[in-house]
Amino acid sequence: MIEFRNLHKGFNQKPVLAGFTLDVRDGETMVVLGYSGSGKSVALKHVVGLLEPDAGEVVVDGEVVHQLDRARLMALRARIGYVFQFAALLDSMTVRENIGLGLARQGLAETDTDDRVREALALVDLAGSDDRYPSELSGGMRKRVGIARAIALRPRYILYDEPTTGLDPVTAAVIDRLIVRARERTGVTGVVVTHDIRSAYTVGDRIAMLYRGTIRQVGTVEQIQKTHDPVVRQFIEGRPEGAADAETAFAGIVT
Amino acid sequence: MLELVTARARGGLVAVGRVGHFLTDVSRGLRDTPTWTRLTLVQMRRIGAESVPIALFIAAFTGVVLALQASYTFTGAVPMYFVGTLVGKTIMLELGPVLTGLALAGRVGANIAAELGTMRVTEQVDALETLAYDPIAYLAVPRVVAATVMFPIVVALAMVMGVTSGWLTAVNLLDLSTVEFVRGLKLFYQFKDIWFGLVKSLSFGLLIALIGCIKGLSVSRGAESVGRATTDAVVLSAMMILVLDAFWAVVLL
Ligand SMILES: Nc1ncnc2c1ncn2[C@@H]1O[C@H](COP(=O)(O)OP(=O)(O)OP(=O)(O)O)[C@@H](O)[C@H]1O
Ligand SMILES: [Mg+2]
Repeated sequence: MIEFRNLHKGFNQKPVLAGFTLDVRDGETMVVLGYSGSGKSVALKHVVGLLEPDAGEVVVDGEVVHQLDRARLMALRARIGYVFQFAALLDSMTVRENIGLGLARQGLAETDTDDRVREALALVDLAGSDDRYPSELSGGMRKRVGIARAIALRPRYILYDEPTTGLDPVTAAVIDRLIVRARERTGVTGVVVTHDIRSAYTVGDRIAMLYRGTIRQVGTVEQIQKTHDPVVRQFIEGRPEGAADAETAFAGIVT
Repeated sequence: MLELVTARARGGLVAVGRVGHFLTDVSRGLRDTPTWTRLTLVQMRRIGAESVPIALFIAAFTGVVLALQASYTFTGAVPMYFVGTLVGKTIMLELGPVLTGLALAGRVGANIAAELGTMRVTEQVDALETLAYDPIAYLAVPRVVAATVMFPIVVALAMVMGVTSGWLTAVNLLDLSTVEFVRGLKLFYQFKDIWFGLVKSLSFGLLIALIGCIKGLSVSRGAESVGRATTDAVVLSAMMILVLDAFWAVVLL
């Protein structure tokens, strides 16, 4: 279980998260929707301790992330797969080495590593790309390698930062199916950050909307689809004018 | 004015504090041997072996110039075999380590800062962390260890090259025999000349790699920031090499 408890985080006096509270239950896929720049990536980074909260806390499996010592933090990170928004592949390494990196860290034998790498690549429809370098791949392919790198670890949690943004509709649908399949097969708990509303409906068990630093609404896909909240309605219908001021949302919170 | 001075002084202290803090991180990273040993071999080649040509190039020309300038200076009053003395002493004590150090501050320091800085802005460092690696052990330790080990080796080769080219110059361009040159070379020679030079180069290697790693890993955003970190790393390393050089002269000579 991942619990965001009253999380506050700002950069250069500008608040980004202000009282962000959300529970992600074991086995579910939680989608976090929000405008560009609303702090979705910032929230995710707190789960693995890449950022420290100004106030509040993130609790994973009962442990407060920013209070863990190094060894425990490492153990926690080994249980979490993180799919970066821009893939963040190590560009001096081949696809195989990228995926094997985390496995090697967890002490997997070489032959098992090879199997896992192959399996993960097949899952993202990239079988045979083992020896290519990230610079030789398209943006969408890199993203899929990023997903493979997380899945290969067979983690308890996977955090997807905009897994389908910037992909063509078909590839996006493939990724969506992949996320659903990963959950069905391994029972992994997922957090999917996105502003792709179609993807949200496909992969989400529940959907939460981040707006102005807090969760505006959280509910099942159905509840969100039928919502009367004007801000959420505007977002899911993609209307340019309405209750939500997209501009302030974009710039974070203007104080 | 006074404010400026205290601000500078504070800035200097903060910098020293950061290097110290980073050193403790590195020594913690050192305990994680499985992570860094294999990577260190790669860095030894990149930092050490690939730096040999430039180091030899500099040393060769320095040897020529030293020999010619010595003979020019010694006209009449001082016996000519002192050319050997001057070439040997200067190369081993000072120019071998310092010129090589300055050149490698550019080559190695810039390379480390730019590479780590780019990895930082493209979130590759964050990715390593989420894969449960310690970026210090994975990225900094191999570079620091490799530079510290390889610098003395590169400088030792440069010393040999510098003295050799000084000798060849003396024999071919000056009217000096090999016997005389060697006599001069041996005249005030102490074993300390060599290890003093090598200890210095070891400290330069450590310093250049540390500064490169600190500057690279502290990049925060964008290409501009990577560029600034690279320049900073080179300038700071070059300055610190000269300071450290003076420090060793005071402490060890
Ligand atoms: N390291 C940082 N330093 C300073 N400001 C930051 C940093 N990281 C994020 N921010 C700011 O925090 C705000 C939220 O950023 P974040 O990347 O979380 O947005 P997002 O919701 O993921 O947007 P997108 O959908 O475009 O990825 C932005 O205004 C951004 O400028
Ligand atoms: Mg983002």
